Order: sequence, then C-alpha cells, then structure tokens
Amino acid sequence: MNIGIGGAPIREGAAARALTMNLPRRKKSSAIGDIVFFNVSRAFAALVLIMLGGIIVSLLYGAWPSIERFGIAFLFRSEWNPPVERFGALVPIYGTLVTSIIALLIAVPVSFGIALFLTELSPTWLRRPLGIAIELLAGIPSIVYGMWGLLVFAPLVSEYLQPFVTSTLGQVPGVGALFRGPPIGIGLLSAGIILAIMVIPFIASVMRDVFEVTPRMLKESAYGLGATTWEVVRRIVLPYTKVGVIGGIILGLGRALGETMAVTFVIGNNNVLNTISLFAPGNSITSALANEFAEAGQGMYSAALVELGLILFLITFVVLALSKILLMRLGRHEGAQT
Amino acid sequence: MMTTPITETSTTPAPAVQLTIRGLNFFYGKYHALKDINMDVYKASVTAFIGPSGCGKSTLLRAMNRMYALYPEQRAEGELLLDGKNLLDADIDLNDLRARVGMVFQKPTPFPMSIYENIAFGVRLHEDVTRAQMDDRVEWALRKAALWDEAKDKLNQSGMSLSGGQQQRLCIARGIAVHPEILLLDEPTSALDPISTARIEELIHDLKQEFTIVIVTHNMQQAARVSDYAAYMYLGELIEFGDTDNLFIKPRNKQTEDYITGRFG
Repeated sequence: MNIGIGGAPIREGAAARALTMNLPRRKKSSAIGDIVFFNVSRAFAALVLIMLGGIIVSLLYGAWPSIERFGIAFLFRSEWNPPVERFGALVPIYGTLVTSIIALLIAVPVSFGIALFLTELSPTWLRRPLGIAIELLAGIPSIVYGMWGLLVFAPLVSEYLQPFVTSTLGQVPGVGALFRGPPIGIGLLSAGIILAIMVIPFIASVMRDVFEVTPRMLKESAYGLGATTWEVVRRIVLPYTKVGVIGGIILGLGRALGETMAVTFVIGNNNVLNTISLFAPGNSITSALANEFAEAGQGMYSAALVELGLILFLITFVVLALSKILLMRLGRHEGAQT
Repeated sequence: MMTTPITETSTTPAPAVQLTIRGLNFFYGKYHALKDINMDVYKASVTAFIGPSGCGKSTLLRAMNRMYALYPEQRAEGELLLDGKNLLDADIDLNDLRARVGMVFQKPTPFPMSIYENIAFGVRLHEDVTRAQMDDRVEWALRKAALWDEAKDKLNQSGMSLSGGQQQRLCIARGIAVHPEILLLDEPTSALDPISTARIEELIHDLKQEFTIVIVTHNMQQAARVSDYAAYMYLGELIEFGDTDNLFIKPRNKQTEDYITGRFG
C-alpha cells in the first residue's frame, strides 16, 4: 500500500515532467511529420511525371529504328510485311479508329438513355438492381467478352444482322458501301459492337453519377416553370453536367481505343485494307501488338510494333486534348462566368 | 390539437378568391404531413405561411403546383380549386399548371445559361414569340424584378455570375416572365443578406398588384411586413388563418400567440 502510494508521486512527477518536456518535443515532431508528409506526397506526385516521361522515352527509343527508316510514311502505308521488313501502320490505325467510333456511336446514346432512365424516370425500386447490373457488366473480364463475341455473337451477326443491314443501310447511296460485303461475322463492325457493349457500363455509370449531382432544387425550378422531363434534361441537367458527361465519354473512348483481348477475338486480325466495308476483317493497334509481339525478334519488326504502341499513345493524347478544347468551347456558349 | 375555426371576422368586403383549399391531406409514403387543410388564398394579395420547421408549410406550397408529383411516394388528397377546377385531378396538365402557378425556391437556382436565356427558357416552353417580343419580355420581367438596371449590360453573361440577391431576383423575373396567376415563394430570402432581403420584400410588395403571392417564411417579422393574410401551421394542421394584422396583434388561438411572441418555436 505504502509502496503503491509512494509510487504514485513518482509516477505523477514523471508524468508532469513528461508533459512539460514532451510538449515542445511533440510539437516539433509533428512539424517534422508535416515536412515528411509533404515531401512524400510530392514524391508520389512526381512519380506520375517520371513514369509518363519514362514510358514516352522508352517508346521513342524502342521505335526509333522504325521511325528513322519509314518516317511519316509509316502512318499512311498499309503494307505490313515482316519477312522483307516493310511496315506501315495504316490498317491497324484505321481499325482502331473505326472500331472505337462505331463503339461510341452505339454506346453514347444507349448510355445516355440508361443514365437518364436511372436518374429521372425509373421507379425507385428498380434503381438499385439496375445500377448493380450495370456495374456487373463492367466487371466481366474482357476475354469473356471476346470468347462470347467469337462463339456466340459473331455467328448471330453473320446470320441475321449483316444481311439485314445490307438490305437496308446497304442500299443507301454513298454510305451504303460501308454496309455491303460478305457477311462473315467477324470484322470491324462486330468488334465495334462488342466494344460498345464493353464501354456502355462505364459511360452509363459516369453519366448516372453526374446526373445525380444536379441539385434537386435546380431541376425543380425548371419543372416549376412547366418544363417536361426531356426539356429539363436537355436544357438544365446536360449543361450543368457537361464536364462529367464528356469525361465519361472520353473514359469510354479511352477504353475502346486500348481494349485488346475482346477485339483480337472478333476483328479478324487481317492486315489488309482493300474495301471500306465495315464487314471486312481488319486489325487494330492493340490486337496487332498482342498477336505479333511473341514472334517479333529484335530489330525492325519489334521497332515497328513499338512505334504502333507510340501511335496509340499519341491518339489517346490527342483525344484528351480535343475533349479539353471541346469543353472550353462549350463553356463559351453559356456566357462568361466570374 | 385544438383547431380554431377558420373564419374571416373582419367587416371589410370579402376579397376575390384565387385558390380554394378544401379538405387537403398530404402523405409522404405513410407519413401524414398535412391534415385536412381548409382555407382560401385571395387574389392580388400576399398570403404568408408561418410555423415551426416541419409543420407542413412548404409541403402545402408544393401541393399548389403539384411539385410533389415528381416523387412517386408523395401524394395529395382533397381539393385545390383554381378557377373551379381541382388541381389535384389526374387530367390536369402539369406543365400548364406550373405556368399558371410559378415557384421560387429557398436558394437562388439560376439555370446554367445566360441571364437572357434564363428568362427566355420558361417563356419558350409555353409560347412562340419572335426575337423582338422576347427581348421585350425579358426587359419587362427584369424591370418587374428590379434587376434591369443591374443586368441590362450583361444579359449574355451567365446567370451564375450575379450575386446571391441578384440571382434570386433573376429567379423571380424568370417566374413572372411566363405570366403566372399565382407565385409561390418558398422561404425566398433564407439564403440572402439583409439588404437583398429588403429588396426582395419591396419587390413582393410591388408584385402583388399583378400576382397572387403565397410565401413561406421562417421570419415572423418578414411575414408581418409583407403579407396581407397569414396562416399559422403546426404539425400538419392549419391552426389559425386570417388577416395578418389580426393574427399578429390579437391571435385567437393560444398556440399562435405563443409562437408569434416567441414563447414557442
């Protein structure tokens, strides 16, 4: 007991001393913590630039023999002949752009409809299950889409969709040429449609999220003037959320441009461009890379493939830049803001 | 809850009735938010709803233009008679109704477009007008809302570039530009500074010549200043309704008295 009591003053004294001595020290250490935190987070941020720069430099370095040999003509030549080491990227570039455009043409309106339904029209009980279904769709691995595309979807396309499209859109003068040709199922059109299915969940869920952040009072104000749902969406929700909507579309486009596995399965992997028909099998940058890297040895062949990668990188960069410009132009339409 | 019978005791001739509310009940899902409301809203006057938060005054306002219809779990029963027609009937055209019964909200809600377009937007929904007519209408509405002098040089700027008080006057201009019969103001000054509040109150005073105004407010002084008639609500019931002067000076109901003298609420 005595010890216990005797111990207490000592402990108290120690505590008091610790308090007076530790107080400044704690302050100092938290200041150091702040400096450490600042520098660590800055280093992580710098890492982004370092990695970006590193990737650009190594792509340029790897592609240099090909850039030196073929120059700008690399972009416009369709010949891809490894044995004689003559390479041109026109076919994969064309395939990548065309499939992505098809994907967006289908996915943007469909995603818009989904997001609109989910936020403005759907009964409350349906919102959660539908939202979860969309997220599940986004979670399906791309190789599964590829297999499904090749084994299930492509036969259906050749059996039903392509004959139908040929007999309708194919008869239109001009653009009709896009929709004529042997209905073999695999090709640019199928790849574009598969890509559309793959990017819809991304675009739709981003659009839904940004539609949901539109203040309720703002929407009610427009309804309060007698606007219909469509008018509210077109004139209020879309302008209010345009940055997010375009961001969602760019996210989808980025995924479409870079998607490899599913495209490889259904695009046909044919490095020939002798028709503008969308039914024709073609090639995309990513599937060319995936298919050919294993067999390319050192030298010009792999340099040409690395240059393909560099081009894909540049395309993505241009898309991002264009979207920024688009947003700035849209901003001008709604009048100056302070 | 004892409800005082709601009758006009003044001897002045009864003013013209704009909107008749009979047996109005309102439900948020199962929650009974308005209980058997009976009252008249008089033409070319200001009617204020006061009462503690959650008493149903905003709900009553949102029944008058059927804003609640946006939300499937909300429903109203009873009669809201405008020109002898029940607004709660299923065959009422909501877009048309909302042109006749305009609304301004707690916070300014300028649309993401220019000042000019903010006003033209509503007009275009209901009328085909030429550019010149639209110019006139925009100017008329902005003048009515006492915003013309401040906004005339920047009609093409975003509505969001205005100050909070100006934005709220823009919302009022937008509301009156479609020539409504009734203007519903849901705590229109709760987000504004005192000077902007005073300007809105002046505006309300001017506007009541042409529009029937119904205002919900938390501010008792404001209700006393701007309204001709006042209704005190509590827990979804209309406790007392009458002349603003009578209601504030000699309330007939003890609850009303407690509330307006600050003993409760």
